[in-house]
Amino acid sequence: MYGEGRAVCLGSDVDTDRIIAGRYLRTRDRALWAAHVFEDLDPTLAPRLKGTVLMAGKNMGCGSSREQAVIALKEAGVVAVVAPSFARIFYRNAINIGLPVIECRVACKEGARVRFNLAEGWVEVDGSRCHATPLSPKMLAILQAGGLVPFWRNHQ
Amino acid sequence: MPTLSERILGAPAGSYVDVPVDRAIAHDGTGVLAHQAFCEMGVRGIRRPECTYLIFDHIAPANTSTTAGLQRELRQFAREQGLTFCDIGTGICHQVMAEGIVRPGEVVVGADSHTCTLGAFGAFATGVGATDMAAIWASGSTWFRVPETIAVRFTGRLRGAAEAKDAALAYVQALGMDGANYRALEFVGDGIASIPMAGRLTLCNMAVETGAKAGLCYPDRETTEYLASFGVEAEMQVPDSPRYVKEISLDLSSLTPLIATGHRVDHVQEVAELAGQPLDQVFVGTCTNGRYEDLLRLSRVVRDRQVKVRTIVVPASRRVLERITAEGILSDLVRAGCVLGPPGCGPCLGAHLGVLGEGETCLSTANRNFVNRMGVGGEILLASVATAAVSALAGEVTVPGVADVR
Ligand code: SF4
Repeated sequence: MYGEGRAVCLGSDVDTDRIIAGRYLRTRDRALWAAHVFEDLDPTLAPRLKGTVLMAGKNMGCGSSREQAVIALKEAGVVAVVAPSFARIFYRNAINIGLPVIECRVACKEGARVRFNLAEGWVEVDGSRCHATPLSPKMLAILQAGGLVPFWRNHQ
Repeated sequence: MPTLSERILGAPAGSYVDVPVDRAIAHDGTGVLAHQAFCEMGVRGIRRPECTYLIFDHIAPANTSTTAGLQRELRQFAREQGLTFCDIGTGICHQVMAEGIVRPGEVVVGADSHTCTLGAFGAFATGVGATDMAAIWASGSTWFRVPETIAVRFTGRLRGAAEAKDAALAYVQALGMDGANYRALEFVGDGIASIPMAGRLTLCNMAVETGAKAGLCYPDRETTEYLASFGVEAEMQVPDSPRYVKEISLDLSSLTPLIATGHRVDHVQEVAELAGQPLDQVFVGTCTNGRYEDLLRLSRVVRDRQVKVRTIVVPASRRVLERITAEGILSDLVRAGCVLGPPGCGPCLGAHLGVLGEGETCLSTANRNFVNRMGVGGEILLASVATAAVSALAGEVTVPGVADVR
């Protein structure tokens, strides 16, 4: 699974309340989540996310189980999320939604070109490559199918 | 020897397992997305409706017509599928499931991060997202990586005004917000025996604040007696020198009232350090501290007195509300000036019923104090019921004393 995008750097312990606030949850309108993503962290971020790879600090996506957080990122055009560690529900949600998540310890350079290959387990930032924690075969299969819903449909 | 998680999941830490789910729980928040994913999967029926629970607690009753519309659809779905449906007012899903439903040794999965609360019964209880829940509805099972376990060993007994909530804040501080990421916690040691079920639920509830997948207590006499009061028989289990990847030790007898500040659950201080800070609101409730024992404790402090700031009390379940009503606790609280919300999450997630305004501070008995969680521009301080109670009376952060909680 290959992908690439421009780096956007984030801090550590970014909680799901800050990815999408509780006040926007009562809807099924995905465009609304994309429009308000990161509003409480940096209101200028949402329109700049298309084609980016988020490079967060440790414990990315901690807090509530809200899947709207990963949906919002995907809808806003985020290609993948890279972090040294993820909160487990966020990580699992991302795979289920088909948003590549890559556990890897690498320094972020704002705007740098990031390339990754999940099946091969590497991330490259401005040409320097580092190894990512491999996904389990099941997780990789779900991600390759585009998420748990299409994965399920294929396996019926 | 195996940890409790390894025993329940039937495999050593690090392995991947597919396991049947004994209790699958969703609420009005995550249920909407789970329902959508379920329909998109093209599945017609829930595989094991007898193990499936849909509990309306997050925005209950509905605050807008949009919410009401989404809830209407979910209600309809619940009726068609024959699952257990609990409408608004039944209570917070984790509390409802703790009232004689979840048993030791079960695999409990909820589309809510605080599902770990139910580990207090010696169940493997963990939170997932909505799409995972849809797949569980469809298949009756799910996959896990069996977690390694960190032991949180309690010695001594709680003294003075300290309560289980302070012990929870202390271990979150010790481990940090990601200190147990991907791992399970086991609460062990002589100290745990002295903590009643209500307090164990509080301890397990906050396991996810350290990133843990689950937080478990071994079922002992307290567990079996508690479950027997609901007519449920259960067996005790004891640790058998389990393999822990790490162990921390906390002396309950040296604990003093604590408070989490600065928008971080692991940023924990002595309440004394913040004494005198003015408050705009006090909130007693949630899946952390909205149980009967909590409201009884609150009433003992505020009875025959008057709160100085607006104080919102939300019982965690209808059963809690019934009991505090029958015992006169409710009228004590109302006479003291507290405002009662319907059983459910109340203002905890900042969606309705008691959100904060810009610049306001709320002392809350909940489990999260993230930026803007209870309203844009508001600040949340997390503390125990005793601290909330004395602070409500004073209108400012106040250290509870032994005399207050007697
Ligand atoms: S009370 Fe708060 S923390 Fe508990 S389930 Fe409800 S919203 Fe979540």
